[in-house]
Amino acid sequence: MSQLTPKLPASLAANPKLSSWLKFSAQGQVTVSPGKVEIGQGIVTALAQIAADELDIDISRVQMVRASTDASPNEGVTSGSLSVQQSGRAMRHACAEVRQIFLQAASERLGVAIDALDVEDGAISGPGNVTTSYWELAEEVSLDRDATPDVKAKLAARRALAGHSVQRIDIPDKVFARPRFIHDWALPDMLHGRVLRPENARAKLTGLKEDGVRAVAGLVAVARDGSFAGVVSETEHGAEAALQALRKGATWSDGEPLPDEGDLAAFLKAQPSEITVIDRRTASSPRASKRTVRRQYTRPYIAHASIAPSCAIAQWRGDRVHVWTHSQGVYLLRTDLALVLKLPAENITVEHLEGAGCYGHNAADDVALAAVLLATAAGGRPVRVQWSREGEMSNSPFGAAMAIEIEADLDAQGDIVDWRHSIWSNGHAARPGRAAQPALLAGYEQANPFPRMISTNPPQATGGGGDRNAIPLYDFPSWQIESHRLTTMPIRTSALRTLGAQGNVFAIESFLDEIATGRGEDPVAFRLRHLRDERAKDVIRAVAKRAKWKPEKRIGIGYGMAFARYKNTGAYCAVVAEIEGAEEISVRKLTLAVDVGEAINPDGVINQIEGGAIQATSWVLKERVRFDRRRITSTNWTEYPILRFSEVPDIEVELIQRPETDPVGAGEAAHGPVTAAIANAVFDALGVRVRHLPFTRDSLIAAMETMT
Amino acid sequence: MPSVRFCLNGVETDIDADPDRSLLDILRGQLGMTGPHFGCGAGECGACNVMIGDRAVAACDTPLWSVAGKDIMPPEGLGSAEQPHPLQRAFIAEQAVQCGYCVSGILISAAALLKRNPTPTGREVKEALDGNLCRCGSHNRMVRAVLRAADEMAAR
Repeated sequence: MSQLTPKLPASLAANPKLSSWLKFSAQGQVTVSPGKVEIGQGIVTALAQIAADELDIDISRVQMVRASTDASPNEGVTSGSLSVQQSGRAMRHACAEVRQIFLQAASERLGVAIDALDVEDGAISGPGNVTTSYWELAEEVSLDRDATPDVKAKLAARRALAGHSVQRIDIPDKVFARPRFIHDWALPDMLHGRVLRPENARAKLTGLKEDGVRAVAGLVAVARDGSFAGVVSETEHGAEAALQALRKGATWSDGEPLPDEGDLAAFLKAQPSEITVIDRRTASSPRASKRTVRRQYTRPYIAHASIAPSCAIAQWRGDRVHVWTHSQGVYLLRTDLALVLKLPAENITVEHLEGAGCYGHNAADDVALAAVLLATAAGGRPVRVQWSREGEMSNSPFGAAMAIEIEADLDAQGDIVDWRHSIWSNGHAARPGRAAQPALLAGYEQANPFPRMISTNPPQATGGGGDRNAIPLYDFPSWQIESHRLTTMPIRTSALRTLGAQGNVFAIESFLDEIATGRGEDPVAFRLRHLRDERAKDVIRAVAKRAKWKPEKRIGIGYGMAFARYKNTGAYCAVVAEIEGAEEISVRKLTLAVDVGEAINPDGVINQIEGGAIQATSWVLKERVRFDRRRITSTNWTEYPILRFSEVPDIEVELIQRPETDPVGAGEAAHGPVTAAIANAVFDALGVRVRHLPFTRDSLIAAMETMT
Repeated sequence: MPSVRFCLNGVETDIDADPDRSLLDILRGQLGMTGPHFGCGAGECGACNVMIGDRAVAACDTPLWSVAGKDIMPPEGLGSAEQPHPLQRAFIAEQAVQCGYCVSGILISAAALLKRNPTPTGREVKEALDGNLCRCGSHNRMVRAVLRAADEMAAR
């Protein structure tokens, strides 16, 4: 029998030097330096738990370092619910190995066999009261060596911290209003910058009179390069005033036309596209089809709509620049900055500071380039640039609109004999640092512009993009899954939480509900009958039990359920939604059962699931980027409403703990199933299938009028 | 430049500035207080809420002149790690934060609520926080935290 050769976790293989992850001080501290960043998801705490646990130290000894291209391991981008999976695994392995290295040194110093040594809060002791500690050995033990594959981490049962709810280490600063966000960061001599942007989409700056702005108090510089223009001022107030004056002096071209917002599906299907067959399954003995059902589902463009506008700080020293950013990937941003600035990457330091909640590729990277460009005119002083609310809502990349068509052949019993799923959508990723051209907005505006990046889709092997979660987990005899990725992109799209999974799960789980109820079969029973994965069945059974499926029928109230495993490889999540509705829908309660394997911080996982469920409810009931043929019009919270406190459903989360199973992330597991569960509950309450997001009063009326 | 006088966290404060400028701009700029956060600049999200008298008010669309003679408390005035307000203790106990950018404004809205209604129901808490936006979805934890703080304050 062949044995598997042990392998390093991918993040550690890419950054094998142990000292890049961990440093010990003689004063009793361990500095832990992950490549992943805090974006409001609690990852820093989860990694501190893993490190403290594996090293046998109190978590208060752990100091977490913010990622920086100067010092941190390169872990790519903090996205895709992969941080615990990637960074956590690397951290656990690195700490286990470092613990062994220290024990080896202690064994030599104390003359005691390694196996006889014990570690308690960093103190190492052996028989006969011999003791030393990490801190005592810190100077002599070098961690400037590469990690090796065959190290065993602790057994799950011996973990004292991981698997237990620990208070997040970033929360006290936030609750006591201590500066922690990049927005609140002040550097000595810091200046403030603002960027000028057109109202009409992609309009070009044809003229700029600067006399007005020159008269504004505090002005330091006006910068212009092609259609990129901005101001630098001594104060933030001065920068705002200067921007207003600059706007008055600007003339613009007409810009480029936008699609018809009223018929997104027609627009998406009419565009040139690249077709990929994502998956195909052939039946061994095809069954006869009695009839074919075809349904189309759409979702609109969705805004990140972070609660804070994006912000960055940049400072030049000669031909070197230091950038502070809330980007999801400091190394990737550096790569793109190097392309735009035509500088070697070594001349650029990119350092992370926390921003407001990040749900994917928002404007963090764009504003970083803007800060770098404006700071060239600042004489070596740092320049802080912040976007406006309007800019955040119109110039950030959006989550891509989707049209999804599913066609199923049914046999005489109404069971599925063949399944065809087609997606029309822009690509769901145009992140920085991954192409020969930059993905940064100002780079498209300069006098010698880079071509605008057209979003692409990650391959299925890494989760897919528009096609994420499009391959059914159900045992249908045959299927074909097809993705049409648009090769034009009048509205800029990139990664938003779940990429295409929200749309695809909405479509699949709505359609299945329709087929099940059409057969007169309970939707829970229908799904259990078609699933083979016991973990999938477990979350469905757990949610059904917790929500007392199916509660008795009451007028105006509806119940719906849905299930997905995020990316088909990540967290399992099943949802029961309870809604109330007539002309408008309100979601009263969401019950969720979730399996993320080992939950490092169970309360953190529940927090992420609750957050995902609430955000998804907001997408479903309210959200849609609005535009006319010239410009984005949903540039404030009135035009782009999100769910408010009084509209938020009660949420119950049941966590199925599997300490022996590798952990996966929780942040994106709920969106798809919550969307479909609400849709199915609307049918239960009103007898109408809503297939077009969001479920506003207008879309309900339209659905009732076209009821099939 | 005309001067506007108000009471900031109990300290008489004079500001020489254009009285039409926003209170948020003055607090974050001249006074260097970063507790109130900029979110929208239009009074739509509550991230910049400060207490003026007994009311939670968005500082971004409050002109400086309008606060002459008033008591102003930004989030920094609520409490500290050494002397936390019951709301701050409760928000930590309930882990009622994801990114936390909105939380300082929400604490102010909650503090104003508990001043006028020390024993609110869950529905009343939601109504009081309806002018505050949270994008991460921490709403239910925040409501639980406010109720917990109210209980703690009532028990004293």
